[in-house]
Amino acid sequence: MAKYLLLKHYRGAPAAVNDVPMDQWTPEELSAHLRYMREFAARLESTGEFVDSQALSPEGTFVRSDGEGRPPVTDGPFAETKDLIAGWMVIDVDSYERALELAAELSAAPGAGGKPIHEWLEVRPIMTEHLPATD
Amino acid sequence: MNEALLRELVPAVIGALVRRGASFVAAEDAVQEALVEAVRVWPGDAPRDPKGWLVTVAWRKFLDAARAETSRQEREIRVETEPAPGPSEAVDDTLQLYFLCAHPSLTPASAVALTLRAVGGLTTRQIAQAYLVPEATMAQRISRAKRTVSSVRFDQPGDLATVLRVLYLVFNEGYSGDVDLAAEAIRLTRQLAARTKDEEVAGLLALMLLHHARRAARTGPDGRLVPLAEQDRGLWDTRMIAEGVDVLQAALARDRLGEFQAQAAIAALHADARCAAETDWVQIVEWYDELVRITGSPVARLNRAVAVGEADGARAGLAALAELDPALPRYTAVAAYLHERDGDLATAARLYAEAARSAPSLPEREHLTRQAARLNTRLRG
Repeated sequence: MAKYLLLKHYRGAPAAVNDVPMDQWTPEELSAHLRYMREFAARLESTGEFVDSQALSPEGTFVRSDGEGRPPVTDGPFAETKDLIAGWMVIDVDSYERALELAAELSAAPGAGGKPIHEWLEVRPIMTEHLPATD
Repeated sequence: MNEALLRELVPAVIGALVRRGASFVAAEDAVQEALVEAVRVWPGDAPRDPKGWLVTVAWRKFLDAARAETSRQEREIRVETEPAPGPSEAVDDTLQLYFLCAHPSLTPASAVALTLRAVGGLTTRQIAQAYLVPEATMAQRISRAKRTVSSVRFDQPGDLATVLRVLYLVFNEGYSGDVDLAAEAIRLTRQLAARTKDEEVAGLLALMLLHHARRAARTGPDGRLVPLAEQDRGLWDTRMIAEGVDVLQAALARDRLGEFQAQAAIAALHADARCAAETDWVQIVEWYDELVRITGSPVARLNRAVAVGEADGARAGLAALAELDPALPRYTAVAAYLHERDGDLATAARLYAEAARSAPSLPEREHLTRQAARLNTRLRG
């Protein structure tokens, strides 16, 4: 088994096939989309492959230390940031091929006009923290 | 009664219920419930016959569940809840459970989870924690696995090779979280070895013991990976090594070589050297030749190239490496190592950095990055 992160981008990924922003959809289309996502996660749980799923707010702040005893320095949000993560799902699957298959299924969530969005999702292997017991 | 002793009873208790006529699926559920009750009740009032107690309580749980199921399905019809008798006592329940839980119809991950629960007696929560997935996900993985094998007959001989692969997977998962999966794999393999004369079961047990014996030396105090050659051999567990060697020699004496015995023989040769310089690399290469002959595995060929580099010099190692597919996992790390031994530090540094980028685990990535940094610092100096 190996864990993969399926990353959904607000910005930074190539354009989706059905590339209409969510705020232009009808409420029914939105409901259908959210139902698809919920059912997808529930199905992965039932197959024993679900680990985690989170959505991120688009607005973020950059922060860094300004030295001991001083308050953190913040900056942003930067409108020009090229890459913006919208959310992720973590899956635990038997093979890389299975990870691609599930990502493709997730990418086909319905969007405007009830048609699949066919958006680009990024699949990233998650590194394990432990060593194998053999060296 | 500690938890480990309690868990050892699990396969026999499941077997007892199956022999009384419960299905494997229902028996396994009932035994898990009985375990929960044992953990609650026993500290104050431990039974004289723990196994008998577990069988009685688990059977009661099974009947309760069967009645509930019956009344749910057919409220009006009275159905006898006492099932027909199951397979006779002639079969070894524990051995049969190993076969069932590693049935070839299961995916490796499902077989691992089911083995840990039904043979190892671990709870779903413990297994979920060990594999870093939510408990609900692991519960579903186990219940699907149980459904998959629900039609498999309990008293049929199974495939020992798939059982060994599952145990090896558990061992290799190592030791993250509360449950020590490597130690659990050794316990389960030892229990299996007590029930079969198979040489490869002994080979796998020896392999596990010989690797596990080095565990304390494999990571530094800061958690960093310590390569075999740099390990403090005083930290190796000599008693475990001696046991591993004994088990291996007894298996090899029966002259039915297999891949686990060959791997264990290589581990034993490493364990035998008082310092890295005393390692008998020539013999290790010969064992890798055996391993390659048995398995044809590219990973074995890659490891063989390292051993050739030690036995016949870095150039010979690089020549052996040149015959392999560069896409193999850890190929670049091996190439980096051999180039450094050959004195080409610039190439080695570049390859170490490249290998770090594709390392499958964090400790390996850190180790490889450290190697690149070490060489780059030397090259600058």
